[in-house]
Amino acid sequence: MSNLKVNELTFQAATVNGSGSQSANMVLTRAIFSMGIPVAPKNVFPSNIEGLPTWYQLRITPEGYMARKGDPDVLVALNPATWANDLKTVRPGGAVVHEEAYSTAEARDDVTYYPVPFSKLAKTRIQSDTLRKQLTNLIYVGVVAGLLGIPKDRLEHGVQRVFQTKPKAWQVNIDAVNVGYEYWEQNFKDKPCGFRLEPMTGKVDDLVLVEGNQAGALGALMGGVTVAAWYPITPSSSLCENLIAYTDRFRVDPKTGERLISVVQAEDELAALGMAIGAGWAGARAMTSTSGPGISLMAEFSGLAYYAEIPVVIWDIQRVGPSTGLPTRTMQGDVSFAYSLSHGDTRHIVLLPGNVEECYEFGRLAFDLADRFQTPVFVLSDLDLGMNLWMTRKFEYPQAAFDRGKVLTAERIEELKGDWGRYRDVDGDGIPWRTLPNTDHPLAGYFTRGSGHDENARYTESAETYARNVDRLARKLEGARPVLPQPVAEEPGSEVGIIAFGSSEAAVAEARVLLAETGLRTDYLRLRALPMSKAVTEFVARHERVYVVEQNRDGQVYDLIRLELSPDHVGRLRSIRNYDGQPLPAEAITRPLKELEAVPA
Amino acid sequence: MAATLNHIQLGRDAYKGAATTLCAGCGHNSITNHLIKALYELGVEPHRLAKMSGIGCSSKTPAYFVEQAHGFNGVHGRMPALTTGAQLADRRLIMLGVSGDGDTVSIGLGQFLHMVRRNVDCTYIVEDNGTYGLTKGQFSATADVGSVQKKGAVNTFQPIDPCAVALTLGCSFVARSFSGDGKQLVPLIKAAIAHRGMALLDVVSPCVTFNDHDGSTKSYSWVKEHDEEIHDVSFIPYFEEIAIDYEPGTTVSVEMHDGSHLLLKKLGAEYDPSDRRAAIQMVEESRGRGQLVTGLLYIDESMPDFATTERIPAERALRDLGEQDLRLSRADFDAFLDEFA
Repeated sequence: MSNLKVNELTFQAATVNGSGSQSANMVLTRAIFSMGIPVAPKNVFPSNIEGLPTWYQLRITPEGYMARKGDPDVLVALNPATWANDLKTVRPGGAVVHEEAYSTAEARDDVTYYPVPFSKLAKTRIQSDTLRKQLTNLIYVGVVAGLLGIPKDRLEHGVQRVFQTKPKAWQVNIDAVNVGYEYWEQNFKDKPCGFRLEPMTGKVDDLVLVEGNQAGALGALMGGVTVAAWYPITPSSSLCENLIAYTDRFRVDPKTGERLISVVQAEDELAALGMAIGAGWAGARAMTSTSGPGISLMAEFSGLAYYAEIPVVIWDIQRVGPSTGLPTRTMQGDVSFAYSLSHGDTRHIVLLPGNVEECYEFGRLAFDLADRFQTPVFVLSDLDLGMNLWMTRKFEYPQAAFDRGKVLTAERIEELKGDWGRYRDVDGDGIPWRTLPNTDHPLAGYFTRGSGHDENARYTESAETYARNVDRLARKLEGARPVLPQPVAEEPGSEVGIIAFGSSEAAVAEARVLLAETGLRTDYLRLRALPMSKAVTEFVARHERVYVVEQNRDGQVYDLIRLELSPDHVGRLRSIRNYDGQPLPAEAITRPLKELEAVPA
Repeated sequence: MAATLNHIQLGRDAYKGAATTLCAGCGHNSITNHLIKALYELGVEPHRLAKMSGIGCSSKTPAYFVEQAHGFNGVHGRMPALTTGAQLADRRLIMLGVSGDGDTVSIGLGQFLHMVRRNVDCTYIVEDNGTYGLTKGQFSATADVGSVQKKGAVNTFQPIDPCAVALTLGCSFVARSFSGDGKQLVPLIKAAIAHRGMALLDVVSPCVTFNDHDGSTKSYSWVKEHDEEIHDVSFIPYFEEIAIDYEPGTTVSVEMHDGSHLLLKKLGAEYDPSDRRAAIQMVEESRGRGQLVTGLLYIDESMPDFATTERIPAERALRDLGEQDLRLSRADFDAFLDEFA
């Protein structure tokens, strides 16, 4: 066959959720990854337990691109409800594996069909009645392996990897894969498709596959979290569930059963943040994790923690809002809300991890920053980053000790002869010293309150004192700018710049290559924290046109950057927005960017 | 004359706080004084005390006692969450929550119930006056049906009784008292502090400005006329010997977790404070009779508190743990990451 594409295709499985297709998808993914081939998986799933359509997309490129690519080359169609539409999405020249019973009467003639009697094979070849539904999915893995040339030993590796902790499940799953493989051998061996997978080296050899919510949990663990309170919500739940799983292994004394952490499933998000703040006040490293609807509920407590200056870490795995929105779709829609969450003048530190490695790094760093600045630190991930698997190099073991910030001990209070005040700015950086409850000194105590307070934490409604206090808070947050994770920039020297943040990273990286191939070289700055570094405005100053790429309707970060720019630079900023709830593909950047480039400045 | 010192060598002054800003005659001020007496006599170390509160007149009061202690006046109805978190961070803290009826059974009902459910080790005092004082006299959800507001409006909704709700959920310590009855309230506060787990004290505390008139069931005169004490309460701390003689069959002695004793001397009918169903029945029956039962309604010293259930260390506070305790070793870290390969 001409135009054989090697290690370059997008695979898509269309199934019904609740049917157990996820294990099959993972076996396939792990098998391909173990061939040294880069993989970029995306789950598109409904807010539902069983019966609605779900898609699994696996993008394979020799370059290792990790952004979503719209339409599939190889489709496995196992959902009669979406069959007609799924078929339309396949790219010309593609391969379509489908349940034999589906009608191809009005089907396209620019794709190759591989009808498989999945139901019949399942009935006759899978003995276990209880596992039949799940194992049916493994049959497709065998068929696809045959079509694409995945060796049998890699499939076995995939099964063993996915069922790592259940060796008893290996054989029955391998048998089911083999049913599909044999069917391919008997029926399609002489009907090749235009795609083939071949073992590679050098691209993914040292990489691992990690979900952002796994990385975040590991980061929190290594950052010394000891109290985590949460309320279940998609797409955030798996972060605290991973934390529970990891701490079950690593924070429990096997002899005594003592745990060096408490992870509390709270009654709601208000209580979840309240518990974390109570723990942060009492000196623990405390966190919560939620998504948009939870962030809305946390506005009240966020204001308290900002104003009373209590360290706490808040993860927001963003999903599509407003309101319930699309609970299982991704978005970067909470940035401006989280940045100023609360009534009154409020500013929060916001970290914007752009990949799973940064989910780990920022998950750890967030506690240092919260303690150092005595304020809430938000970590804004999203569904795409949090719940999908991403290739990453292995994370680094932390070198630095915990930064617990300015905490006065009983000995220090004695040295100061008790002359200290909770909200005094003794160091000129706006960051006061605090004491923890249970500090054994008669002058250690103070009264924390969300109402007006003076430098000694006494209640006051004094106009001057209020203004002085909130001015200090503003100064404190200003001081965070150069300390927070600085932007990552690549500037080969173009007059066109791109600014992006968070999970857009993958699509931007690919878009820049595609643009360069058409002769348009771009510089790139990836924002990693708010309040933003001066490097952002300096980057804008160095470029004629700067495109801010983000996954929301209103250009939230575009607006935030404009507020920071000098008036003569505001016109340089242009906005590229994608907000359909799907992970950002490169063409959602290249297309509008090229269109806007045609518009004179 | 040298001040009398308690068993940790502190005088009563060490348990005082800032001057109250509440109205003269407010029941809450009496409760504050009873708290000072109880904490002083118990010899609570001020630095181990954490005074927690929400929003409202009641929630201001932690500023008025034990100035040396840390205090946290949080947001409306959310004291339970803050208290729960602080307890986990350092379970050696003596948590003392002060709340009101609006703070507890209206805006904070959910958190209150879940705190009971978890049996968080804390003393939770509801300073219960049936009204919103700071916002000038609206009904709260503990106001009885038929209770009349100062301006004449009549409450038509069923009250939520914090004790009845707590009993239903199996709260491990439930008591009711009256701000004007220090003889009963002081030993109950001591017992609540000695109790390991959630100790609810619903203290009827008249609002002299908005809810002390005829037609209110939270007024001084109404409570004095309708108070039914179920027993005479005394508390013997662990550091004192029981020197009281009592007739067999007249007094129930409850041994507390720390070795203290709560002595409940029978005043009328037999009452077993370890029988939760009987407690629920008594609360319901007295309400039906238009009476207010006070005393220790229920106690269960065997129920594990939240920090124990969570299996966090008893001797080392989570807040004190460092890198060595909390991070994976490098070898474990590397092996763990290999699992993702």
